[in-house]
Amino acid sequence: MKLFTFKGGAHPNEGKALSENCRIRALDLQGEFVFPMSQHIGAPAKPVVAPGDRVLAGQKLGEAGGFISADVISSVSGTVKAVEPRMQVSGFPVMSVVVENDGLYETVPGIGEKRDYHALSKEEIRNIVREAGIVGLGGAGFPTAVKLMPKNDEGIDWFIANGSECEPFLTSDYRMLMEEAERIIGGLEICLQLFPHAKGVIAIEDNKPEAIAHVQELLGDREDIRVAALKTKYPEGGERQLINAVTGRYINSGMLPADAGCIVDNVATLAAIYDAVAESTPLMEKVITITGDAVTEPANVKVRLGASYQAVLEACGGLRVRARKMICGGPMMGQALFETDCPVTKPSSALCAFAHDEVAENPTTPCIRCGRCVEACPEFLVPPMMVKAATHDDLAGFEKLNGMECMECGTCSYVCPARRPLTQIFKQARKMVMADRKVKAAEQKQREAHEAAAKLEAEQKKAADQAAEKE
Amino acid sequence: MEQTTEIKKLAHVSSSPHFRTSVTTQKLMLDVVIAMIPAFLWGVWHFGPYALLVTVATVLACVVSEYAYERLMKLPVTVSDCSAVVTGMILALNMPPEIPLFIPILGGVFAIVVVKQLYGGLGQNFMNPALAARCFLMISFAKPMTDFSMRGAVDAVSTATPLAELKAGGSVSLTDLFIGNIPGTIGEVSTIALLLGAAYLLAKKVISIRIPGMYILSFAVFMLIFSGHGLDPYYLACQVCGGGLIFGAFFMATDYVTGPLTPAGQLVYGVILGVLTGIFRVFGASAEGVSYAIILSNILCPLIEKCTVPTAFGKGRYAELTKKLLTDNKDVKKAEQEGR
Repeated sequence: MKLFTFKGGAHPNEGKALSENCRIRALDLQGEFVFPMSQHIGAPAKPVVAPGDRVLAGQKLGEAGGFISADVISSVSGTVKAVEPRMQVSGFPVMSVVVENDGLYETVPGIGEKRDYHALSKEEIRNIVREAGIVGLGGAGFPTAVKLMPKNDEGIDWFIANGSECEPFLTSDYRMLMEEAERIIGGLEICLQLFPHAKGVIAIEDNKPEAIAHVQELLGDREDIRVAALKTKYPEGGERQLINAVTGRYINSGMLPADAGCIVDNVATLAAIYDAVAESTPLMEKVITITGDAVTEPANVKVRLGASYQAVLEACGGLRVRARKMICGGPMMGQALFETDCPVTKPSSALCAFAHDEVAENPTTPCIRCGRCVEACPEFLVPPMMVKAATHDDLAGFEKLNGMECMECGTCSYVCPARRPLTQIFKQARKMVMADRKVKAAEQKQREAHEAAAKLEAEQKKAADQAAEKE
Repeated sequence: MEQTTEIKKLAHVSSSPHFRTSVTTQKLMLDVVIAMIPAFLWGVWHFGPYALLVTVATVLACVVSEYAYERLMKLPVTVSDCSAVVTGMILALNMPPEIPLFIPILGGVFAIVVVKQLYGGLGQNFMNPALAARCFLMISFAKPMTDFSMRGAVDAVSTATPLAELKAGGSVSLTDLFIGNIPGTIGEVSTIALLLGAAYLLAKKVISIRIPGMYILSFAVFMLIFSGHGLDPYYLACQVCGGGLIFGAFFMATDYVTGPLTPAGQLVYGVILGVLTGIFRVFGASAEGVSYAIILSNILCPLIEKCTVPTAFGKGRYAELTKKLLTDNKDVKKAEQEGR
């Protein structure tokens, strides 16, 4: 079988053996469920319930706050306890709706009703996806309904289901491919209905041969959807790298995948689309991996959104030894946790707990210019030069070196034999550039407003003078 | 007190990525040392035990001077990264086998203190320390540095290096050249031992073939055109195997710190090295010139790097390629529709 891949990348310890053979287990958790209003890219949702309200599972708690935004939907039935800022995995408090689970899971009427998606119009499908509060479940959290609305439906040639799961230790996508592939294929079929010229591809890394074989068997000799086996390499599942591997096309930071005729969605997102469209079920639960050498029973669990990581961890037997590092997401791009009492959100994919912290155990030494980061950068950048620019506050130089193309995948920091915090420096520099751009845009706007006001004043004065002259 | 225990219980927080590769600076340096061992062993076997003494003294001089300098300047001691060992090994293998010991010791101190530490230590020097020290010694102690007589060896007859012999119009045995049965510096003589080490470095991906490959290739092409010997395989083979070119190409030109980072830059660097070595050998007074070629190219490195920043993913030619793919695709679709 032909293996698709991209240039660059690295091969971290996969660590998937810990949990890859654990079947998905549904967890029934009680207590408080926290629904942050911002668990997606774009404007935060606006709360539409008040403390004391009784809500049902599937009921809208927050309404999309703009075009690029998503609804937040309750995953349990119960009473709204509070609408207040609550701590997130990011370490920042975010406005959240807190619901006390009554354990009845009473749903709003109509949920679970089967629908024949072949009979639905494009408009209807898009509305259903929007109403279901679906966002990219792979980690980025981009509102899916927006992704499914490119400027030109005819221009989409490829619809790629991302099942590469290139992050080490994560196995939730693999388990979904093994156990719920029908839903994923169904979701892909629904999406292909929107784009008349698109070919469907389910992309899976070749370290999951069983998943490749299983999906292939389900697909048979279908022509509209096929499996693409990818070379196992990080970051194979990065959107830009995946598109390049499958289609040979390149997109940069200024382009959307649709500009290159592609749409990429994570396999879990496609399963959620299937649930919403074919079974009238909005996004209420998700499969996450609980893993790492500090966890007693590594597992893949299906949890209701809003549950606390602490409760999920305890349901997996808690910690075997003291965890030096807890990560929400994978070890390459995940967020280190301050505390585990944070809610599971839509883009959450895993909780990793490690007995060792490789970062603290590997102190930084001087750069020896070995060039490993240059070879490994999947965006073909030159990290040492970017570091020089960034650490000398030369943001213009940083931008000239295409620093804004960096996607913060962490490959350079991973391969660095001197353990230099390259990605970390770039994250900071990129934030500074973006802040600078914002300030400049605001100044420009102010200047324009000022000039317009001055012009108006001058015109008025001129008119007044002319009028005075006439008299 | 209570508060500290409380804090200790918390997990660490840091920015992603949270994993690090197992490859460290120290491991890379040790790999380079391992790769030099065949050439070193051959040197000791071929030239006698004094070569061992020279090597040990040079390595010690480098390591001790690094330690002493860092202690004196109240800097963290970095001897354990093994970079001083590599510098010492390279310098020692560049010494004639009968050199008075004070010369390589002085060279080691010069390499570490003047070329490396005064510029800021590991990663900051702009010239290869071992080579800069060698050039310093060549100028300061011209006679002992070019005296390749072998009192220790039994079959010592010739005292001229093969390239000097060749330049003077004589002839050399290619087999001897390949095995290393010739006069020269301790580590440069045996092509086969050096290639063994080079293969190890390439296999472990410590170095890439770009610099040494381009160096040897462009040097051979240069000699083909300008040496006056034309397409003479014997002469070319002697030139490539002799004069420390193999040692220089695989072990000194590939020095991380003083070579370009960018892949295209490494190719350019290789070509410059090849051409400079060719110029020095054909038009220069000396028969060799690898050290000077590398030292001079070190200085060009920042400029080469600046001019060879790769095109970022999705920019420039990649954007054009994508545009072309998209239009081609559109044409195909159009044709399909018309066909129907």
